[in-house]
Order: sequence, then C-alpha cells, then structure tokens
Amino acid sequence: MSYVLHCSTRLGAPPMSHSSRLARRITPVLLLTPLLSACDMIVLNPAGDVAQQQGDLVVISTLLMLLIIVPVMALTIFFAWKYRADNKEARYEPEWSHSTQLELAIWGAPLLIIICLGALTWVGTHLLDPYRPLARTAPGQPVAADVRPLEVQVVALDWKWLFIYPEQGIATVNELVAPVDRPIRFRISSSSVMNSFYVPALAGQIYAMPAMETKLHAVFNRPGNFRGFSANYSGAGFSGMRFDARGLSNADFDSWVETVRGTAVTLDRAAYLKLEQPSENVPVTHFGQVERGLFDAVVNLCVEPGKMCQHDMMAIDAKGGLGLAGAYNVAQLSHDKFAARGTDGARPARFMVAAMCDTRPVPSHEFELPDPVNLAPLIGAGLALRAGAVSAALSPIPSRF
Amino acid sequence: MSSTSTPAELTAHYYDLHEHDHPEGGSTMLGFWIYLMSDCLIFAILFAAYAVLGGNLAAGPGPQDLFDLPLVALNTAMLLFSSITYGFAMLAMVRGDKQKVLLWLAITGLFGLAFLSIELYEFHHLIHVGATPQRSAFLSAFFTLVGTHGLHVTFGLIWLVTLMVQVNRFGLKPANQRRLMCLSLFWHFLDVIWIGVFTFVYLMGMLR
Amino acid sequence: MSAPEPTAISPIFGRLTLDVLPLHEPIVVATFIAVVIGGAAVLALITKFKLWGMLWNDWFTSVDHKKIGIMYMVLGLVMFLRGFADAIMMRLQQVMGFNGSEGYLNAHHYDQIFTAHGVIMIFFVAMPFVTGLMNYLVPLQIGARDVSFPFLNNFSFWMTTAGAVLVMMSLFVGEFAQTGWLAYPPLSGIAYSPASGVDYYIWALQIAGVGTTLSGINLIVTIIKLRAPGMSLMRMPVFTWTSLCTNVLIVASFPVLTGVLLLLSLDRYVGTNFFTNDFGGSPMMYVNLIWIWGHPEVYILILPLFGVFSEITATFSGKRLFGYTSMVYATVVITILSYVVWLHHFFTMGSGASVNSFFGITTMVISIPTGAKLFNWLFTMYRGRIRFDLPMMWTVAFMLTFVVGGMTGVLLAVPPADFVLHNSLFLIAHFHNVIIGGVLFGLFAAINFWWPKAFGFKLDMFWGKISFWCWVVGFWLAFMPLYVLGLMGVTRRMRVFDDPSLQIWFIIAGIGAVIIAAGIGAMLVQFAVSIWKRNELRDETGDPWNGRTLEWATSSPPPDYNFAFTPVVHGLDAWHEMKQAGVKRPLDGFRAIHMPKNTGTGVVLAALSLVCGFALIWYMWWLAILSFVGLVGYAIYHTFNYKRDFHIPVETVAETEAARTRQLATVGA
Repeated sequence: MSYVLHCSTRLGAPPMSHSSRLARRITPVLLLTPLLSACDMIVLNPAGDVAQQQGDLVVISTLLMLLIIVPVMALTIFFAWKYRADNKEARYEPEWSHSTQLELAIWGAPLLIIICLGALTWVGTHLLDPYRPLARTAPGQPVAADVRPLEVQVVALDWKWLFIYPEQGIATVNELVAPVDRPIRFRISSSSVMNSFYVPALAGQIYAMPAMETKLHAVFNRPGNFRGFSANYSGAGFSGMRFDARGLSNADFDSWVETVRGTAVTLDRAAYLKLEQPSENVPVTHFGQVERGLFDAVVNLCVEPGKMCQHDMMAIDAKGGLGLAGAYNVAQLSHDKFAARGTDGARPARFMVAAMCDTRPVPSHEFELPDPVNLAPLIGAGLALRAGAVSAALSPIPSRF
Repeated sequence: MSSTSTPAELTAHYYDLHEHDHPEGGSTMLGFWIYLMSDCLIFAILFAAYAVLGGNLAAGPGPQDLFDLPLVALNTAMLLFSSITYGFAMLAMVRGDKQKVLLWLAITGLFGLAFLSIELYEFHHLIHVGATPQRSAFLSAFFTLVGTHGLHVTFGLIWLVTLMVQVNRFGLKPANQRRLMCLSLFWHFLDVIWIGVFTFVYLMGMLR
Repeated sequence: MSAPEPTAISPIFGRLTLDVLPLHEPIVVATFIAVVIGGAAVLALITKFKLWGMLWNDWFTSVDHKKIGIMYMVLGLVMFLRGFADAIMMRLQQVMGFNGSEGYLNAHHYDQIFTAHGVIMIFFVAMPFVTGLMNYLVPLQIGARDVSFPFLNNFSFWMTTAGAVLVMMSLFVGEFAQTGWLAYPPLSGIAYSPASGVDYYIWALQIAGVGTTLSGINLIVTIIKLRAPGMSLMRMPVFTWTSLCTNVLIVASFPVLTGVLLLLSLDRYVGTNFFTNDFGGSPMMYVNLIWIWGHPEVYILILPLFGVFSEITATFSGKRLFGYTSMVYATVVITILSYVVWLHHFFTMGSGASVNSFFGITTMVISIPTGAKLFNWLFTMYRGRIRFDLPMMWTVAFMLTFVVGGMTGVLLAVPPADFVLHNSLFLIAHFHNVIIGGVLFGLFAAINFWWPKAFGFKLDMFWGKISFWCWVVGFWLAFMPLYVLGLMGVTRRMRVFDDPSLQIWFIIAGIGAVIIAAGIGAMLVQFAVSIWKRNELRDETGDPWNGRTLEWATSSPPPDYNFAFTPVVHGLDAWHEMKQAGVKRPLDGFRAIHMPKNTGTGVVLAALSLVCGFALIWYMWWLAILSFVGLVGYAIYHTFNYKRDFHIPVETVAETEAARTRQLATVGA
C-alpha cells in the first residue's frame, strides 16, 4: 500500500533524537500494529526537548494507567466467560453483595494510581509550564546564564501566521525558522479571534488570543522541516492556516536571515493593516524590515492610527476612567471590525454620536487623571496586600505578563 | 415477610391498600423553591460577570460618575416596603380576609411600580449622558444585572395583577393560596437579589 | 473607522429575504426535496389512516410521563439520524480533502456541519434520550403514578422539540452557526459571525434549555416527594439515584448556560461588550462560563447510563448489585466533583501551572469513583449467572470500551500531555469513546431492556445482534484511527490536508463510520421486525427479564395509572423481594384514581416560543413582540383553568386489573 510506504520513508528521514528512546521502546509494545509503528507519530517522537518531555509524559501516564486498565479488561472478559449462565459449574451466590476488603481495594487501587499520577502532574505541569524560561535545551545540557533566547513574536491573523523577529528586524508570513539548540521565546497574540499556536515537533500548543499575550518557551534539537498550524478553529480559512516550521543550524539560520533581510518589503503599520485582512492559503512571504513596536501595538489593538492602546485604557480604568467627559470617545476604542470578513454587515448600530467623536490620536499617559481612590475603608488593616500582589504571591512563576 | 404470613397479610404488607388521593399541589412549594435556586444561578452569573468586568470602564465613566446614591437608596426603600406590604397580604390571607389581601397586593404593586419607574428614570438618565450599555464592559454588566432584576420585577407585577384578578374572582381557594405563596417567595427573592445589587454594585461602586 | 452601511432591514420580514434560501447548495437542495417528499408522505399517511385525532389527543397533549418519555425517545432517534448524517458527511470530506482536492464541501458548508453535528448530538440526541429514559422510568421505579408536575412535563418536551425544529429550520432557511459547538467568542460575536447562524444556535439552545431546566426541577421534586411508602433514599434503585444526581446537575448547571447565552445574545443584538475584544470585554470569561455548564453536562449525560448499567448487570447476573452503598456515594461524589474540573477544557489558555495542576488533579480524582463503579459492576458479575441477552451484551461492550475512553480522558487531564493533544483528533477519539461507548451503548442497552416494558413485546434478537456487532466493530474502526492521527499531530475541524500519509487513517475511519451506519440500519430493521413479529415476541408477564425493581411489578405496557395500589417498599430491589416472598397483587377493593388531565397548552406555548425565536433570528421585531405577548398571555389564560384533574372511575380500574389477571393466568403466573 502506497500510504504505508510513504509513512515509513518519512520515518527514515529524521534521525531519532536523544530522549525519544523511551517512546521508541514503548510505542511498538503499546501499539502492536506494524502499520502504526511505521508511521510518523510526531507527538511521541518530536524534534524539540519540550515536546519530547510532553510526549514522554503521555507514554508514562498511559503505562501507569494500564496497570489498572489491563486487569479490569481482563477480569471483565474472564468474569463474563466464567459466570455465563450455561456454566453451571461456577459458584452462584445471588445474595452476595458486600465485602469490606474488596471495597477498600476497589477504592484504594485507583486512588494509589491517581496519587502517583497527581504527583507526576504537579511536577510535570510546573516544569513544563510554557511560561517558564527553559532550564535546559536537552537532557544534561543546561542553558548557560548568558544565553539569550531567540525572541519570536507570533500573531495569528485571518488566516495566516505572522512571525516577527525583533532581534533580526525581519518578519515572515507562514514561515517559522529557528536555529537548533538555541532556546526560543515566543510571544503570541492574535488579531481577531482565538487561535492556537502549535508546532507538534517543537512544543505543546498555547492559545493565541486577541488583545492578550501568551508565552511559550521551546527549542529545536535537530534540524528539519516540520509543520505548524492553528489548533483552534477560527473560521472559514482555518484549514489553510498552516506554516512551515524549520530548524536550521546556526550558520544556515544566519544566511536565511540575510536572505529575508534582502527582501525590499517593509512591514509597517499600513502594511500590517493590509496584511490582517482575511485571506486564505497564503504563501510564504518575507519582510526585510519591521516597524519597531509593531507587536506591542497589535497586542494593544492600536496599530490603526488614532486608536487608544489597551494598556493606556487599562491605566485610565485603574484610576477610575475618564468620567462623563469620556462617555463619547468610542471611535478610538473600537476594534472589532464589523463586517471585517467581507460579510454584509447586518448588525445593530452601535451608539456613536458622530459629531462628538474625537478621532485624533490620544497621547498616551497624558490624561489628567483623578487622584487614586483611598481603598483603606474597603481593604482594612488586615488586608494590606493589593490585588496584584496577592496574585503574584500565589503564582510560582513571577512576572507573568 | 415471615413464611407464616397468609397471602392476604402479605398483600397488605406490600401494597398500600388504603391510599388516599395525594393533596393537590403538595410538591408545588418545593418545585418553586428549586426553580428560584436555578434563577438565583442566573443572577450569580450576572454578578460574576459584573465582578469580572466591573472595572473595565474602557476609558469612559465609572460608578462614581454615574450613580446617584440617594436615588438608589429611595429605590431600595420602595422594594423593601413592597416586601413588607406583601407580608401583610400574606397575613390577611391566613386570616381569610379577601378584601385586605387585595388591598395589600395593590399597595405592593404600587411600590413595585414606583421601584420600576425610578429604575427606568435612572437608566434613561445614564443613556442620556452617553453611559449606554454599549459604552464599556462595565456598563454592559451593570445594565444587564440591574435590568434583569428589573425584568423580574416586571414579571412579578404582571403575575401580581393576574393573581389579584383571580383572588377577586375565585376567592382564596387553596390553589390561589398556593399561588400567593409562590409569588411571595418570588417577591422576597427579588428583594434579596436587590440587596446584593445595592451592596455590590452601588455601595461598593461608590467606595471604589 | 467607517462602519459599512448595515443592509436594510425590512420592517415586515426583518433580514429574511429570498437570498437566504441555500438554493446554490445542491446538497442542501436535494436534502430539502427529500425532506419535503418524505414529510408529505408521512403527513398523507397520517391523514389517510385518520391518525390526527389519536396523535393529538393521546400523545401530543398527553401529560402521561410514559408517553412523554416515548416521545422524547422518538425525538432523540429522529435527530440522531440527522446528526449521524452530518458525521458521515464529515468523514467523507476528510477522506476526500487530500492532494490538493477541496473535497466536496466548501468551508461555509463544512463548518456548519461540524457545528451542527456537535450541537445536535449533545442537545437534541443525547439529552432527549436521557430525559426520555428518566421520564419513563423514574415514576415507575419509585412506585408513583406520574411526575410531580405533569403539565410542566409536557411543556418541557415541546420546548425541547421547538429547539430541535429551529435547528432543523436552519438547514433550509439561512444557515447554522460556523463556530464549533460551543460558539466561542469573539468568533461567535456579531463582528465575526454577522449572519443568522449563531442566532439559530442561541435561540435553539435557549428554548430547549427552558424545557431541560424545568424537566430537571420536575424530576427532582418527583423523586423527593413521590416515592412509594418505605422507599427511603438508600432503598432507591440505582437508576433513580443517578437520575436524581443528573437532575440536580441539570438544575445547577443549565441556568449557567442560559445566563452565558443571554450575555452572548446581548452582545449580538444590543451591542454590549461582554465578550468583545474591545471596550473591556473578555472572551475568556465566556470560555470559563460555558465550561462551568459544559463539564457537568458531560456527567448529566453519563450518570443515568451508569444507573442503567447497574440495573442491567444486577438483573442479568441474577444477583444483588455489589456495593450499592459505595455506588451511591460514588455517584454523589462525581456529581459534586464535576463542578470543580471545568478548566481542564482549556489548559492551553495560559493559566498558571498551579491552576492547571489543580484542575488536572481534580479531574483525575473523578476517575476514582468512576473506577469504583466499574469494579462494582465487575463484582456484581462475579459469582453470578450471567444471561447474555442484548442488554447485557451492550453492558459488557460498554465496560471494555469505556475504560479505554476513561484512560485517555485521564491522560488529557495531565496538562503537559494536554498541551500536545488538546483539540487534536486524539481528543475527538477520547470523547466519542466515552460518549458512544458510555452514553450510546447504555441507551441501546436500555432500549433493549425496557422496550418490552413500554410496548409489551421484546425486541428481535437476531437484528439486535447484527446491530450490536456492527456498532462495536464500527466504533473501534472509526475512532482508533483518530487516536493515531492525534498522536501524529492532526487537529480537529480541518477540511483539507496537505500530508498525504494521513489519508489512509481517514479512509479506515470512514469505513468504520459506514459499518456504524449499517449498525443503525440494523437497529431500525430490528424495531420494524419486532413490531411486525410482536405477537411472537409478546411478553404477558410484565417481567420478561426477572427484574428486580418496581417497574417490573406492573403490566407491560403499564396502565395509565401505573399501579392500582401503590407498592410498599421494605428493602432494596423491592420487586425482587416481593417475588421472593410470593406476594399476590390485590384483586379487589379498587378505588377511583386521581389523575391529571391532558392539555394542549404545552404545544401552544412551545409553538409560540418557536415563532418568537424565529422572529428574533431574522430581526422581525413585530412578530417577536407579538409572539412573546401571546406567550405570556396564553400562559396567564392557562392559569385561569383550575380544573386540571379527573378521576379514573373505579369500574375502569377494576376492568383493567381484571384484564391483567386474565393475562397473567394465560402464562401461568
């Protein structure tokens, strides 16, 4: 069968990575079909240390649970066969319905498994927190203190991916390239709706959400061409929302950067606004230059001239808003593009008084803000911590945003 | 049970041979209580939405710019009074005094109407100054929470009028007494919700 | 920014124009023609055989919980065929969408299909099936004559039906949502989904949700208030226990759905900013709220079936249920825990590691009581005399299938594992594994088990076995490839693929789906053949399986009043005990029985709700107001009717019971 052949050739190509041994050893045992073991289970055999650890956790958890699942299945079949009505040899005790020892066992056995799995979960979740900077690039290869991760800013657009490399000053559409063995720090957002940024070979996914920033730390351990895509349905062009994810050696990466720099196209705000218009199955595009601060403007919904940035808005809100005078400044705040996707714009009209709309750009941090309100009567002496401090104290990883 | 029982004894042991009709509406109060709890959950969602979004003013007006505490206090008084007068209606019902029941229900209705009028006046004022539900997430959550409560009061009033007609026409028969009890629960429930609204939305909003 | 001019909205027809009819979609047009011809044929047959009066008087307006239960099951079955048609269309598209081919469905159509499939299967298949089952069985199991609020029961059914009708209408008038079955904003907001699809979604669920909530209240009160004398809580049959917990979950979670959809509809209709990106809205709040409903919903579906399996295992093993008490506690623990796990549906949203681990671990903890239940069934079989009739076959298939689904579920509860498997086909395989392997297999077991109770004859064994094997084999063939594809990093809701090596797995899954289709066909044949051969399959005893609970104490089908005399309960497995003791049913001393009267109000109110929903979807404001006023007005009018009950005369009762005595005499009982 040609498909099977195709699978096995794919398997032959990339060399097995360091810690895939576990998965490699176990996969054939778990999945007995030869067809299966020949296929490219990228989730269990990825090309990045983070994904590898996550894949290993899949396998370990499965094995742990099989400790109880297999006996249950075997017992089900055995009891069903042994106590069938035809078998008059088997004991029949129609009134037997309680046994304290058995009860203890049937609650205790799953409990033990869950205690193990729970411990594994707690540790694994903290170690593999996508927000946590990498401590190692591979088993036994800690990240040196002076290594700066490669920063890549990711924006999910309708329906393509924009990657901005601030360090290199370049940007691409639908092409993610990174050097092998250098930690990558992704800052992720979206322009319109929720997506999920996922390169199975590299690391687990994280949502890309408009007006918000999520983070992901990962590393490629071997060069190769992989696939990335959106793992959260986002509308008509969703199926075509994939990109090439390539791990390159340092030298190859540098020359790739040079190639991109040679592209005489600049990604400035105007170009971005054109780019974010809906389009499907977009080919790889390069931008030799990127306007500074573009990603932050995207996250803050203020790429378009005249829009108030979200962080400014939130700073104003924290100080009690702009009062009644601010009631009508809606034009500089609206972002959700009505009929942005080429539809007919059937919608209820927003209350917008055109004559009072001030569309001039609002200079940041220059409002006359009212004095902060005294919170003492509400908080009391016993609760000196402010809200932010409380959440920081509860969170094991400092400075999340 | 024992093997010595006669068949007739067994039958009597295992069947209720002297059953009487179940009193009509015996489960109504429990059912209505559970309904109120489910309604309470909807309000819980609206309170939660307000708690999450209440600070998101979108650089617009905040609670202190908008709320008129004396007006709201007056409004609260209207609703609290209406609960007391509803209580008087229930006392009259227990005494079987139909005319008094109708009178107190009418007074309750008037207080309810006053509450609604003040609330509508407040909404009208807010919209007039540009603080519309569309202006910010805070205002969306505010209008929805307070408006949903107001809508409940409106339906309570329609129900109240219906019941007044029914009590007037059919008297204080058990079915009507049951309905009055249900509306009583509903009316006091709205009072409790309003106390939550007054505290969390208005008082805390002014203090923030 | 300059907002485009909104298209003109006609004062009479709102935004409903001829353009919204999907005349350009040949598949939809063909479906429409088929439905029209089929529907006309059904209507003609009903007219020809003069069945309208019977349908209206004996069924549509009936407040009898048994008839309403059966109508729920019919609704579930009809919608199941629609939902399955969606499934098979998706399978075909995913087989074809390779090597540059676009397949046969465009994105607009395909995205509606996977949304509709999810919505229909959960809300209009699984929910009616489960509600119907509880409606039919709970009063019988607790020895009651009906539910606490019989009229409300009829109203609830018609509201659920109105929701289903609205979803079906979206097929031919306008479009359905293209958002996925939970309609996450901002995608489902007016800015990104301006057409009527999401509005159909909202109003279908809101109208059906009213029915579901009210029926939940009804059944809770029934179980608390109407149990037979002597039936303390710890003597209730397990199915009644699981029904109680399910209905508590319904009442404590559906209002959350109602609330969150209300906020979404305000965003869409009024322009509020709950879930928008701008003006301070928070789409993440929607995701949290909808899953606070959504996760309990999972247990609403599965818990009653856990009850079904408990009844069936005990009956067919000829043995008391092992560990009744721990079974009850397990059910209650699952009920409570189901509220503290919702975040596991979106570990990938970027909550902190501690939050994620907390919800991961609470999720795993649920597997402990669930595991205890499985062991209880296992040890009920132990030292039993197991008869492998169809219900027991489905039960064993469930036990073997469900453990795998449970295992992959716990796997997905490990956040780092979820990061690589979230939204993948592995997840799809997981929840189909538990919903098909748990809920559907349970329903098929229940249908085969209780069919003789409802209709007085057993279901045909031969076609039942064919259906069983097609389903079991088809299920594994259809969903194991999805597990594999998930591990190959393939995500859900994709329409076309660029990696040709995946295609073989979709082909295998497609073959599995075809085998399942054969299983469904065999099941329909099973019903037809059984009705045809009903005299051969007749059960005169009312207790064909040697049952243990009270529903088997009465005739099949039960009389309108269920029990001429209410049984008195002295222990668990009341009917089993009565049989052991050799109790004879009382043969005289009957009394007139107090019963509720039929009413058409439920139909009228639901029809008005349907009109109101339709008007809101198409912005026909006058019609929406008119139908809403009509709704309130008719409800008030209904309250002026104080005579809602009647007595079945003692002669009728005596006659019915005498006929039952003669019937039992023919089988020597």
